[in-house]
Amino acid sequence: MKQPSPRGEISALVLTTVAGTVDDGQEALARLATLVAEALSETPDILYDDDLQLALFSLYELHYSGIDEAGDDWEWNPELLRVRQQIEAVFEQRVRGEVVLGALPGTTSEAVCAELFRMAGEDTGPSMSRFVATAASDEQLHEFLVHKSVYQLKEADPHTFAIPRLTGRSKAALVEIQVDEYGNGLPARMHSALFARTMRSLGMDHTYGAYLDATPAITLASNNLMSLFGLNRRLRGAIVGHLAAYEMTSSQPNRLYSRGFKRHGYGEEALEYFDEHVEADAVHEQIAGRDMAGGLVEEDPRLLQDVLFGAAAGLAIDTLMTSHIMGSWESGRSSLRTSEAMAS
Amino acid sequence: MSADAAPGPAGSREGSVPERPLNSGDAAPVSVVACPDGPLLIRGDFELVGADGEELPRSRRTVALCRCGASALKPYCDGSHKFTGFRSGR
Repeated sequence: MKQPSPRGEISALVLTTVAGTVDDGQEALARLATLVAEALSETPDILYDDDLQLALFSLYELHYSGIDEAGDDWEWNPELLRVRQQIEAVFEQRVRGEVVLGALPGTTSEAVCAELFRMAGEDTGPSMSRFVATAASDEQLHEFLVHKSVYQLKEADPHTFAIPRLTGRSKAALVEIQVDEYGNGLPARMHSALFARTMRSLGMDHTYGAYLDATPAITLASNNLMSLFGLNRRLRGAIVGHLAAYEMTSSQPNRLYSRGFKRHGYGEEALEYFDEHVEADAVHEQIAGRDMAGGLVEEDPRLLQDVLFGAAAGLAIDTLMTSHIMGSWESGRSSLRTSEAMAS
Repeated sequence: MSADAAPGPAGSREGSVPERPLNSGDAAPVSVVACPDGPLLIRGDFELVGADGEELPRSRRTVALCRCGASALKPYCDGSHKFTGFRSGR
């Protein structure tokens, strides 16, 4: 990913530090730890803190496609990981505060699956999909893709980190879903590739991270949540629950998104990503709820709460992201940080 | 995950699994999961054909077939059962 523009002292220091060598970075690392501790105690809300969310996103990115100019030897640098854990701890606590779990279901696969479907079906917050289907302007469709592109151009990757952490039925189920996400062996059918085609059809740059500077903190937070769950083994239940909730809230919204893009005259190339998800996720949600999440809880009932937490957290943070986008649009503003990125 | 997997009945999803050498030409056993209040999930090697015997367009190995009648993608499921209050009975 190309180096994003810093959004404050901490993200600036993270980005300049990883752009240099580990040997030269020791002093900066010490300063970073102090600055982060201060910022964490002072931030009014880490979910909306651009500097901290971008810093965390950049630290996670070292485990994905990397950052241009950053050496790969930073990935497992203990001091840098410690800084990440400082931010993660406050972020996780904040997310936990956002989530209220209902009465716990039984620990059978069917009970877990039914509870996940119930949670995913609860209507909270404004519906972006209905708005996109019927009323969004062409400019708003572009904005919508900018928000989605942060995840969709690496679709499925955060959950792939969970594969070696699962066994048996839940592992087979996760892999079955991911094989489909990654195109069943056909690179052009990868969901990330289909999303790139949609962006191209709208005349947008589909390079991963191209619009990162335009995305607000809450969009980064939604992505950081997946990395937090995916990269910490202790949260393997949460990443599984997160994926199940994602799959369970996908088919119908994607049908409506497709309608919105069609309404503006975009053709097959642009719609395919959404149309594919209507059918794919109607399959995935069954596998994810019953075999992956339900299978995991049957194998280890202690993970029940984590699975439900992951699902609830994903739904809650995405509701906040949707509220931000819809709130901006309703008051006639852009939902992005900068509109210059879009004009280029 | 069991190390002592031995040939078992076709279609069994628990315990022992039939051994199937690659390139044997044998089809993998088909399993149909009747998802409560949802579709029929079909895994394995199967052909999905229309009333005329012609194979239906299919882009994935495992498919979900509509059984609530509300899907706009029939014969495939599109998740509509969740909004129509479909109950499959148990």
